[in-house]
Amino acid sequence: MELPVISNNAPAAEGGGCSSSGCGTAPDALGHLPDHIRAKVQDHPCYSEEAHHYFARMHVAVAPACNIQCNYCNRKYDCSNESRPGVVSELLTPKQAINKVLAVAAAIPQMTVLGIAGPGDPLANPARTFETFEQLSARAPDIKLCVSTNGLTLPQYVDEIAKHNIDHVTITINCVDPEVGAKIYPWIFWENKRIFGIEGARILIEQQQKGLQMLTDRGILVKVNSVLIPGVNDEHLKEVSKIVKAKGAFLHNVMPLIAEPEHGTYYGIMEQPEPTPEMLQDLQDACAGDMAMMRHCRQCRADAVGLLGEDRGDEFTMDKIDVMDVDYEAAMVRRKEVHDSIIEQLEAKRGSSAPKVEEVGIPADSRPVLMAVAGKNGVVAEHFGHAREFLIYEASPAGVRFIGHRKTELYCGGMDACGDGDIVDEGATESLLERNIRILEGCEVVLCSKIGYEPWGKLEAAGIAPNGEHAMEPIEDAVLAVYKEIAATGKLSPAVDNKKVA
Amino acid sequence: MALQITESCVNCWACVDVCPNEAIYEDKPHFLIDDSKCTECLGDHAVAQCAAICPIEMAIVDELGAFLNPPGSLTGIPMEKLKQFGLWKEAA
Repeated sequence: MELPVISNNAPAAEGGGCSSSGCGTAPDALGHLPDHIRAKVQDHPCYSEEAHHYFARMHVAVAPACNIQCNYCNRKYDCSNESRPGVVSELLTPKQAINKVLAVAAAIPQMTVLGIAGPGDPLANPARTFETFEQLSARAPDIKLCVSTNGLTLPQYVDEIAKHNIDHVTITINCVDPEVGAKIYPWIFWENKRIFGIEGARILIEQQQKGLQMLTDRGILVKVNSVLIPGVNDEHLKEVSKIVKAKGAFLHNVMPLIAEPEHGTYYGIMEQPEPTPEMLQDLQDACAGDMAMMRHCRQCRADAVGLLGEDRGDEFTMDKIDVMDVDYEAAMVRRKEVHDSIIEQLEAKRGSSAPKVEEVGIPADSRPVLMAVAGKNGVVAEHFGHAREFLIYEASPAGVRFIGHRKTELYCGGMDACGDGDIVDEGATESLLERNIRILEGCEVVLCSKIGYEPWGKLEAAGIAPNGEHAMEPIEDAVLAVYKEIAATGKLSPAVDNKKVA
Repeated sequence: MALQITESCVNCWACVDVCPNEAIYEDKPHFLIDDSKCTECLGDHAVAQCAAICPIEMAIVDELGAFLNPPGSLTGIPMEKLKQFGLWKEAA
């Protein structure tokens, strides 16, 4: 008998019992939602963790302008190398954006969602943003539309959002206290003036909260994104989570601050620390008692294309799209077939009965173990050295839950490398390996399909047990099997001093 | 009487949409202000709108070359850090 795969709530919170596929979580992170809302998010990769293994999305970069300044952004969006919010390879006009969406949706029939997420604030570019939405809802009515915003002008555009049938809105809310806000937002542009400091933050917060309420009153789904900034809003985000839940937001996505000096942002230059994976997880767990948390966010670019974590933007640059021959009608028929078949598959999986916790036979006082998985499409599929990210799972007597992902690549090659496509020096295997071992801190096991001799030894030396014995097995089954093996050795007993597995 | 955009501009479009005179146009390597249309917002707004929304210090100058948003005025990054990261410029 197997452990059930529980939801991504913290163990103390109520967990679901539904077995999932893929990253081993989360249909149940959304389990509290009424059926009509679940139906809206089941094929949305950014709203449903389960969906992100099967359905693709894209962002079109039609919205460069912004009306506020955030200390984690420097507005130099033009970078092809970095994978982080606010950067794009090329800005598009609405007409180009529509051609791109239609071409991508024909080439990737799993595509369900088109979002406008910048690189600035979409609602600070209302003409370009809404023209794109209007044309797309006419020409690809099966594609769901989403927009993300800082919220400053949200109240004035709620009617327009509803009119265009935009069903999913993400608001970035980093604070509900203007004094905290002043440390994150140096200024806003409001009523034809630049307003600095606490007063600017106060107006921004007021507009965000008003906009959030107006959207949920209209039945539009709202996800709230928050950037976790250690020492600035870390404790405060617990309050944010409570408040946005009370106003009807249905998912909270707490993301780690990205602040490298090379990016030239205020926080980067001022050496503001980024949160560690442990800090992020602790905060997500603390907020999970109050609301559903999103943990599979990859902090994608404002022109991302494809499945989350597997960007295919390079295949769809404007010069390539201009020469593509696309049969739009046939593409839409094909999409419907593919979407229906995936939904059918997911429903079949949900129907399968979950085993009972007590039948598993792991002592209830066993301590939890974190494991890193080089996975793809829900199975242990990747060579250790080829993994671009590791999925982090926690196994405990309560079950297996997805914690998050850790990227192996550098976010950015720095100012000098910018534009050269030179992210990581090919010859620098040593530093890359060391970096990978460093990002796996806290994990006791790493599961992968294969691993070389050298990394094997270095991982063991770092106290992380490499494991290549579960190649191509479903991730949650593999994690559980390894957890049982460790339990059998007695190393999970609270009485054992030497806690490390390796 | 007109403002000008300098090479510090990052082409973010923010100013284009708020200019009451449609005086700002896309060009390479950066946006430019049509000096026959620019009024520095006199009669329309209390402050020049392009300079009030521009996120980049030193990107907009007046006829004398003075920065409307001098170094350090928008981000709060101290002078020595700006110099260290090559983000500092003397007035034109």
